[in-house]
Amino acid sequence: MTITDFLFFAFAGATIMAALGVVTSRNPVHSALFLVLTFFSCSAIWLMLEAEFLAITLVLVYVGAVMVLFLFVVMMLDINVAKMREGFVSYLPIGGLFAFLMLAVMVYVVGPVGPDVMGAAALDNAVQHGPEYSNTEELGKILYTDYVLAFEIAAIILLVAIIAAIALTLRRRPTTKYQTPSKQIKVKSADRLKVIKSDAEVLK
Amino acid sequence: MTLESLNIAIALPEIFLLVMACLILIVDVFLPPEKRNLTYVLTQLSLLVALFLLLNNPSEGRMLAFNDLFVQDAMADALKLFIIIISFGVFVYSREYLQARNIFKGEFYVLGLFSIVGMMLMVSANNLLMLYLGLELLSLCLYALVAFNRDNGNASEAAMKYFILGAIASGMLLYGMSILYGLSGSLQLSEIAEAVMQTSQEGNAQRIGLIFALVFIVVALAFKLGAVPFHMWMPDVYHGSPTAVTALIGTAPKLAGFAMIMRLLVEALGGLQADWQQMIIVLSVLSLAVGNIIAIAQTNLKRMLAYSTISHVGFIMLGILAGTSEGYSSAMFYTISYAIMSLGGFGIIMLMARQGFEADKITDLAGLNQRSPWFAFIMMVLMLSMAGVPPTVGFWAKLAVLTAVVEVDLVWMAIIAVFFSIIGIFYYLRIIKVMYFDDAVDTRPLECGRDMQIALSTNGLAILALGFYPAALMSLCVSVFS
Repeated sequence: MTITDFLFFAFAGATIMAALGVVTSRNPVHSALFLVLTFFSCSAIWLMLEAEFLAITLVLVYVGAVMVLFLFVVMMLDINVAKMREGFVSYLPIGGLFAFLMLAVMVYVVGPVGPDVMGAAALDNAVQHGPEYSNTEELGKILYTDYVLAFEIAAIILLVAIIAAIALTLRRRPTTKYQTPSKQIKVKSADRLKVIKSDAEVLK
Repeated sequence: MTLESLNIAIALPEIFLLVMACLILIVDVFLPPEKRNLTYVLTQLSLLVALFLLLNNPSEGRMLAFNDLFVQDAMADALKLFIIIISFGVFVYSREYLQARNIFKGEFYVLGLFSIVGMMLMVSANNLLMLYLGLELLSLCLYALVAFNRDNGNASEAAMKYFILGAIASGMLLYGMSILYGLSGSLQLSEIAEAVMQTSQEGNAQRIGLIFALVFIVVALAFKLGAVPFHMWMPDVYHGSPTAVTALIGTAPKLAGFAMIMRLLVEALGGLQADWQQMIIVLSVLSLAVGNIIAIAQTNLKRMLAYSTISHVGFIMLGILAGTSEGYSSAMFYTISYAIMSLGGFGIIMLMARQGFEADKITDLAGLNQRSPWFAFIMMVLMLSMAGVPPTVGFWAKLAVLTAVVEVDLVWMAIIAVFFSIIGIFYYLRIIKVMYFDDAVDTRPLECGRDMQIALSTNGLAILALGFYPAALMSLCVSVFS
């Protein structure tokens, strides 16, 4: 067993254990943290597959941003765990049946049992690159030349998401009290303080 | 690779619309509410200019751009032409409707323009990635527009259903596409077609994988078009969204959906035609049956039109499953004429709606003839056309599809289709009866702007004109697939 084999099995094992932890742990915060571990060990496997860019993006985007946000939501919401667990046993047979069916079909299509649908033999011919090869650079070259249209349209989709989110949530309430900084800055002492001349009076 | 090799000029209408959508977004921010009409005028002007750009550069054969991601051919020309014209009509009809409901906002037009770009990209996609991105651009705009009237509970519910089911369908599509990519090693439609041809000749081993992918893709297409049994979202979404948005969902996107079927099933997976034909036969028969029978029980006009859409989708699929160029051109003829008909139908609903009154029940049409004989006549033409009664375009559309099916020896399919459309005539005729023979509850005359009157009259007369001269549209559809 080479060192890469060892690393692969270590990270694959960690992925599976962490994924099991996501669905079995009793505390939703623990589940979210297990999901972080799943993503992290997945990204290590991708790193070994020479997909450095994807691996780094997975850590930055999913672990760094999405999951932290998710963790905040889980902690802020008051989730009644006991209530969510109700009916677990009654749903187990049908859920288990579908899980088993999915597994059986996957093993048949991808695995060693059925016909070689996915062409597993081709895996042996996979090209391995040296240390001077940069996955990020190659991806960047393709992204900005061959797939420039798709890249731009993906950007437009993000723009649409921003517009839609603002259009659906921005509300102007007439009763809301707000400050206008520019007016506040422009204000002069004369606007606030009025000196009134009056004759001196003597109180009797 | 150089900038010239991208052939950007081929995609000029799309690029222009994108730029204008961004420009309108910025202009709208600085407009006071009472000058919002400028946004509307700019939107319509950019559609007209895009139409001019499209007509000015007709495609010569198959023209590829952006490293073969984008294709402009005769089908793309024709479908884009109708997408722009029909969307123009939707915006004309919806202006007063939106103003009366306080949702006459710039975002409606910006999202509308982006959705039109999405449709045009779907029509011109030459790559699985572009098909998906175009579809998502269209769908995201539509999800947001359904919930546009934020204080309406029905609209929010409809948006939620549409969003979740749409996301599931997109997931299905991506799953199917990823398997297809794994088996063929390419995202390019033409290369996939070659790989599929080879595997289907070689024998059984890889075929199972291809059919596995095909099932997911067909399910996703059925979801997006609203074919039974994946139609559940349609009645709720048609009913819940503001009528202006229903018109946007129910018309031009069907043309984009047709293009998507043509690109995916016919161009890329043509080698599996025997397999998808069987799947589409099931979808088509179920859509014809469920759509026509359940529509009878509806009291809400928008829900009824949703079920009628489902039955029309059954007819469109009938043309596609024939698998011949006559079948494809008849399905295209059907889709275009259906989009024109349903545009008119939603136009009439928006014409009758007032502030605080949606006019979306069948009883609201009562006595339309006493209030406005001309628009009652237009609505009668629309209903007769949807039912497929001569001399309207709907009759020729049904006839063309049925001929195509009979020619490939699927006579039993044609009999089923005719049987269910005869059932369907009932609910279309009921609307005509309500308009002409029931007494009006509200006898005030209809009020609407001159632009809407002209557009709606043109819409109705176009259906009659195409009914008398179907060759004008039919020859266009035939030339696309010859």
